[in-house]
Amino acid sequence: MSAITRPLGRLGRQVLAALAMVGRVAIFAANTVTHLARPPFYGREFLQALMQIGWLSLPVVGMTALFTGGALALQIYAGGARFNAETVVPSIVAIGLTRELGPVLGGLMVAARVASSIAAEIGTMKVTEQIDALVTLSTNPMKYLTLPRVLAATLAVPVLVGVGDVIGIMGGFLVGVGRLDFGAGTYLHNTIDFLETWDVVSGLIKGAVFGFIVALMGCYYGMQSGRGAQGVGRATKAAVVAASVLILASNYILTELFFSA
Amino acid sequence: MIELKDVHKAFGTNKVLQGVDLTIPTGTSMVIIGGSGTGKSVALKCILGLIRHDAGEILLDGKDVTKGDRDAFLARFGMLFQGGALFDSLPVWQNVAFRLLRGSLKRPKDEAREIAIEKLRRVGLKPEQADKFPAELSGGMQKRVGLARAIAAEPEIIFFDEPTTGLDPIMSGVINDLIREIVVEMGATAMTITHDMTSVRAIADNVAMLHDGVIKWTGPVAEMDASGDPYLDQFIHGRAEGPIEAVR
Repeated sequence: MSAITRPLGRLGRQVLAALAMVGRVAIFAANTVTHLARPPFYGREFLQALMQIGWLSLPVVGMTALFTGGALALQIYAGGARFNAETVVPSIVAIGLTRELGPVLGGLMVAARVASSIAAEIGTMKVTEQIDALVTLSTNPMKYLTLPRVLAATLAVPVLVGVGDVIGIMGGFLVGVGRLDFGAGTYLHNTIDFLETWDVVSGLIKGAVFGFIVALMGCYYGMQSGRGAQGVGRATKAAVVAASVLILASNYILTELFFSA
Repeated sequence: MIELKDVHKAFGTNKVLQGVDLTIPTGTSMVIIGGSGTGKSVALKCILGLIRHDAGEILLDGKDVTKGDRDAFLARFGMLFQGGALFDSLPVWQNVAFRLLRGSLKRPKDEAREIAIEKLRRVGLKPEQADKFPAELSGGMQKRVGLARAIAAEPEIIFFDEPTTGLDPIMSGVINDLIREIVVEMGATAMTITHDMTSVRAIADNVAMLHDGVIKWTGPVAEMDASGDPYLDQFIHGRAEGPIEAVR
């Protein structure tokens, strides 16, 4: 009997622990958001975070978009050739990038770069008592550390996604014109004609949600970091994994909301 | 005056504080001694509200520290952390003037910098150090910067958590002297946690020995050597034999 109940008990404990964690993250998120309406605000920390998360992520997001756009053009051309539909390359590249690949790949690259760095930075601050020092200096760590980063990521990632969309479409254009014998004018014409405003806007909204998730996970796991180098390492890993999984899960939910019939 | 009345704190099954009673009169320097893991830092963090105690009362001038305006409460405190806890991303002067650059004590930037440089000078650091980052300083210098930050807003109460840990004996002596001078000069109430008996003799007006989650002995530093308390005797003489179990 115990051979049956023991695994069930273990499963139950894991489910309860997972639910408790979801609750803690939800409270952390709500606490962060409510600080938006409660001064003081730390503008300098927000601008620094904007620079770190937005500007410095541009090269990695741009490179990802460029190569993804190029590869997408090749794949669609090869696949489209089976149905004599090679001409759809520009429009499918544009729609695929703006709706799906731009925000998701951009979000994942930012998760790798930013969630890890935020978690490591805040985790190190925690183990070296810098968070306690902030409190004793009458500064709320949620206001000083979390809110500026979460706000900056929520605003910066859609901009990164927008820039990534343009660069990705340019990657498709370069491959289309250079390798697949499309005329430059025709390629651009097909891209613009079939692309709708909602394709772009839905991707930017996804970007904002992914930015929020990335910074929130970085801050949450940084604040929960255990002691020592191992604790900070675990927090960093957990932040990246959680941010990546949540990006993919929320992408599905948002796609359902935006595009299901 | 700071009063701890029957304060309890446990982490899971680990009962760290089991009824701490302690009074620190205004303007005096209290040093809490005790072995590692006896709850000295926990007691200090409970007073500051960094950790919430499970039971008992902590009073500051007769008022419960868990009630009332938290910012006003914290504005009365300065704290020197064990590792300095300096903010890596800020230059030294901004670390020192942290409180003066934001919040209710905010001053114009130039004035805050001037105060920071003055406090750095007070702890024996030259103005040239002001624009360096904490990582560019030695351990002793970082402790001094931490001390300058603790006194920057001229607090009424200053806490020192292991102020000489990791320092050589000469630097420890310098920090001890600085702490004593500053506390006397400012007329502040001080609470220090340390294992270092040289620090105890240099800094303390009164001493409290924490062991097994309770205060085993408390009294003036001058009476410490003749206390007759077996726990205190074993600790101050660093003997392996005695009522305090030495883990080998």
